[in-house]
Amino acid sequence: MSTQVLAIEDAKTGEVTEAVYEHPFVVRLCHWLNAISLFVMAGTGLQIFRAFPSFGAKIPEKVLIDWPKSLAIGGWLGGALQWHLTFMWIYMGTGLIYLGYQILGGNYKQVLFVRRDIPGVWPMVRHYFFFGPKPPIREAYNPLQKHAYTSAIILGGLSVATGFAVWKPIQFSWLAWMMGGFHYARLWHFLTMWAMLGFVFGHLVMVVLHGWNNFVSMLTGWKKDPEYIAK
Amino acid sequence: MSSRIEKKKFKSMNRRELLKLTPVLALGAFAIPKLQAPLLRMGLGFSDWASEEFFRPGHLATTFASSELTPFNKFPINDYDVDDPGVDFDRWTLTVTGAVRRPGDYTLAQIQALPRFRQNTRHVCVEGWDVIGRFGGARLSDFLKTIGADLTARYVYVECADDYYESLDMATALHPQTLLCYEMYDQPLTREHGAPVRLTIPTKIGYKQAKYLTDLQVTNVLARVGYWEDQGYSSFYGL
Repeated sequence: MSTQVLAIEDAKTGEVTEAVYEHPFVVRLCHWLNAISLFVMAGTGLQIFRAFPSFGAKIPEKVLIDWPKSLAIGGWLGGALQWHLTFMWIYMGTGLIYLGYQILGGNYKQVLFVRRDIPGVWPMVRHYFFFGPKPPIREAYNPLQKHAYTSAIILGGLSVATGFAVWKPIQFSWLAWMMGGFHYARLWHFLTMWAMLGFVFGHLVMVVLHGWNNFVSMLTGWKKDPEYIAK
Repeated sequence: MSSRIEKKKFKSMNRRELLKLTPVLALGAFAIPKLQAPLLRMGLGFSDWASEEFFRPGHLATTFASSELTPFNKFPINDYDVDDPGVDFDRWTLTVTGAVRRPGDYTLAQIQALPRFRQNTRHVCVEGWDVIGRFGGARLSDFLKTIGADLTARYVYVECADDYYESLDMATALHPQTLLCYEMYDQPLTREHGAPVRLTIPTKIGYKQAKYLTDLQVTNVLARVGYWEDQGYSSFYGL
């Protein structure tokens, strides 16, 4: 895939900056719809969890985590289920459209973490967390970013698979069986959510630290002055 | 590869790209109080429709070994009102009405005369807990044939001694593991668990499994769906 690059010329000063078209419309649309639905799914999921905040037997009921109601969405179990069972279609729909678009368009190479990215992970980690030198940036996403995004996509798939095992443990008994039955499927669904929220946290921290430029590119598609363009 | 563009043009192009994302704002409709309830009802309705599509009449719920059973005294007693609505066992009958050829009052003996099935199945509560119990009783499908029910009708509706009420789609009512249950753990049903007869439906969520049955109606139209459903829970909730 050839990347679209523009040279932007300021008519007054004659200054030229470059911009790259990083995110096609479909990707941006799916990103934001998915972000909103993930927010709703997590919030209502926590409200649903409040109905039985445990993974043991019903008797005696042990409260594992007393989740504050203020951070939950839906008001009550029935309300939260309505939101959850509504937004899961948006969550899955945008996920599927994104995947289909990336695979068919060949754009997936931008985010897919592959074997040749492995050696680049540690230098990036050293740079981000231990003030190491900044490795040269050659692509839109560095190896650590690719790792994060690929993980998020896998977590998205897992959240749907574990969710179906909780929602339909009989019609999708093979899914529930793979997870050790309904009882454990519920636990995996819960843990997948936390892993996903972990990704979101890191993602937001990076957006705050690195970049208005990145944020804008997810809105308009265009990224001004990306580091990876040879000057 | 790189083409030139004037800054002004670039800015207006960016604005156009941004405007393309306005469909995202449509989700804001969920934040408008007036629209929220109908939208969520549509969403839940869509999920119920999908649930019905996912349901396979011949697919059995997983059954378990006796060693996997939740001990009887750990099987939760859940009800919305009272543990024991005080059913008079001597005078109890199941009153059958609706699209059936032989309506009337059916006794426990008549139900027990039908072939008895025992199964160890998982009971899943909408709250999230689950237990594995041993249930025994007559197949609801056998009973529906006994009363000459119109099996093309859409629903089986039941009412209970504690004024609870529930409904089942006909496909689930005819499922071989759907029982008119009068035994748990090989003992006659206790009052707290819904004596003399309750529903056991391993392919449905817990609140569908009504206890202390008194009335059964075969119908195409539901005036009420169920106690919890009418407060906003899923109408179908198949597992």
